Amino acid sequence: MTSATPQTLTFARAITEGLRSALESDGKVLVMGEDVGRNGGVFRVTDGLQKDFGEDRVVDTPLAESGIVGTAIGMALRGYRPVCEIQFDGFVFPAYDQITTQLAKMHYRSRGRLQVPVVIRIPYGGGIGAVEHHSESPEALFAHTPGLRVVSPSTPQDAYDMIRAAVASPDPVLFFEPKGRYWSKGEVTTSPYPTVAAAGGADVLNRARVARQGTDVTLVAYGPTVATALKAADTLAAEGTSAEVVDLRAISPLDVTAVAESVKRTGRCVVVHEAPTFLGSGAEVAARVSEECFYSLEAPVLRVGGFHAPYPVAKLEHEYLPSVDRVVDAVDRVLAH
Amino acid sequence: MPQHTTGEPDKMPVDVPADVAPADVDPLVQLVSPTGERVVEPDNATYRSRVDHLTSEDLRALYRDMVLTRRFDDEATALQRQGELALYAQGRGQEAAQVGSAYALSPQDYVFPSYREHGVLQARGVDPVDRLRLYRGEDHGGWDPNEHNVHLYTLVIGSHVLHATGYAMGVQRDGAVGTGDAARDAAVVTYFGDGATSQGDVSEALVFAAVNNAPVVFFLQNNQWAISEPTSRQSRAPLYQRGEGFGIPSVRVDGNDVLACYAVTAEALERARSGGGPTFVEAYTYRMGAHTTSDDPSRYRARAEEDHWARRDPIDRLAALLRAEGAWDDGWAAGIEREADALGERLRTEVRELGAPPATAMFEHVYATEHAQVQAERAWFEQYENETNETTGAAR
Repeated sequence: MTSATPQTLTFARAITEGLRSALESDGKVLVMGEDVGRNGGVFRVTDGLQKDFGEDRVVDTPLAESGIVGTAIGMALRGYRPVCEIQFDGFVFPAYDQITTQLAKMHYRSRGRLQVPVVIRIPYGGGIGAVEHHSESPEALFAHTPGLRVVSPSTPQDAYDMIRAAVASPDPVLFFEPKGRYWSKGEVTTSPYPTVAAAGGADVLNRARVARQGTDVTLVAYGPTVATALKAADTLAAEGTSAEVVDLRAISPLDVTAVAESVKRTGRCVVVHEAPTFLGSGAEVAARVSEECFYSLEAPVLRVGGFHAPYPVAKLEHEYLPSVDRVVDAVDRVLAH
Repeated sequence: MPQHTTGEPDKMPVDVPADVAPADVDPLVQLVSPTGERVVEPDNATYRSRVDHLTSEDLRALYRDMVLTRRFDDEATALQRQGELALYAQGRGQEAAQVGSAYALSPQDYVFPSYREHGVLQARGVDPVDRLRLYRGEDHGGWDPNEHNVHLYTLVIGSHVLHATGYAMGVQRDGAVGTGDAARDAAVVTYFGDGATSQGDVSEALVFAAVNNAPVVFFLQNNQWAISEPTSRQSRAPLYQRGEGFGIPSVRVDGNDVLACYAVTAEALERARSGGGPTFVEAYTYRMGAHTTSDDPSRYRARAEEDHWARRDPIDRLAALLRAEGAWDDGWAAGIEREADALGERLRTEVRELGAPPATAMFEHVYATEHAQVQAERAWFEQYENETNETTGAAR
């Protein structure tokens, strides 16, 4: 896929093509995880890659998440760039120790002598009617750990660009894929594979994106809730309210500048994510907005997200997840000030 | 306290008091007896052949590194007692296991130590002062891992065993296994303890190494104690059998016999480098010191046990062998002592001279590329420090 002509791809396929591009461009890139090889991943994101790049580069691993990340660290120390797939969000925790105590700190504790360019792909979020542990949003747990980059794309184009920048980046990247968006489609324009020097500072890993311009309120979202925010903006537009939608792309680093720039214009801010709001990334956004935009704010920052309850049974997930109605309700409340 | 003898696991007492000296274990690869005689038996012929080429000069080199490691241990312990180190993990008693195994390494092999492998670092040439930076609280690592192919110490028990396995999988992918080129084929050795064998990461590492046939040697030093817990709290079966359950060739070696440790490691490394896959080695040894300088072993283990192992001191054993074989020379031995004295003097001087890094060092290398959060906080901190200095006139 080298054409600069946009192609219409599903979100999942955009990641596949991004991985394919990384595997083609850099012989040190590896894909590893459970069922990623012959089966192409349970979401088919790695479909066809083992056939094209072989079993040594697209590796079916034993069913052990800590082992996947721990061996990926070792391979990175040998000069490889492993891309690990954790099959579902709720299964990342066996690897939590390796990610937070080892992966995040290796560069630091070696005073920069070692790099561990490991990417950990995690299909996350709900809305697909799944069973327990298959719908969670643990991104804040990782963003709280210095040394990790934490990102989540919201469009096929960003998915393609961000996975390639993540793989080329010299830092470890937690790559959260909104699984509820896997089958959404969008136009994807390909581009040359980024250099290592360019990848770490790439906008797609560091800068928020204005997904829709507006003047009355800023909706801050990332990953799966960008679509929710955009639908809410449509509804609000019909009611005469102009909502700006800022897609963070990255939770770490958080693009406070972009958010503040928007909120200073609109005076109002609502943060939307699927993770529980309590100590979630929205809490950090709210704190930073209060610091940066205090004299521009017309209303307190509100958060719309998951409740402080374990992700519920599938039959209740639509009441749990931040819906368009709940976003509109929050906007109504900030406008009431 | 025969909890380490072989036999049916269900016949083994698991909660015996640790107030009796442990019995000898069997099977056990031993090439030199505790009194310094060569052990010649039909079933150690393979390993005997691994040390045939070692000259008196080689044995004296092993002795030198073991003595210097022991002195390093004593000096570091003293420095901690004087408040110059935050902590120190003593390696006393494990010199043979560490130096012997490390002597079998080639330059291109890679080592993933735990945090007590001072003898391995000695044999690999890692600078003694650098080895103490971590314990000084001056650095989280202390040396360049790629200079001596020795990874940094890892304090989270067992985590590095997976890194070693992954590194070995990288070695495989580099085509540096089974080429027959002795300067190219490489292997990885990882060191861990009896406590670590209970960590899931160690079991996962055995799984990954086995199914990938990775060129890695799992070198377990069973020093009988995980802080206060005897090995009987970690395993009901002898630990060397752990590898066998994963389909990995396994061997138990007398960890206080430097030649036996060299031999089994040499054999394991050759298997790994030639494409034969991983090996699990249990070096049966003893932690003669405390777990760390914060630990008091008299709370949980008996003097009789310590006395038993003191009679099995690995350095005494090698000295006895050297004497028995006419390779001992008093003048040479005095030279080693002088070298040890010089090491001590250097440590006492140079470790004390290790200052604190500049405060802004805490912001460096958090990421390999610029990260807005770190940049912003560093900028804030620098301004805060400058303003404070202007107010107080203080240097920091």
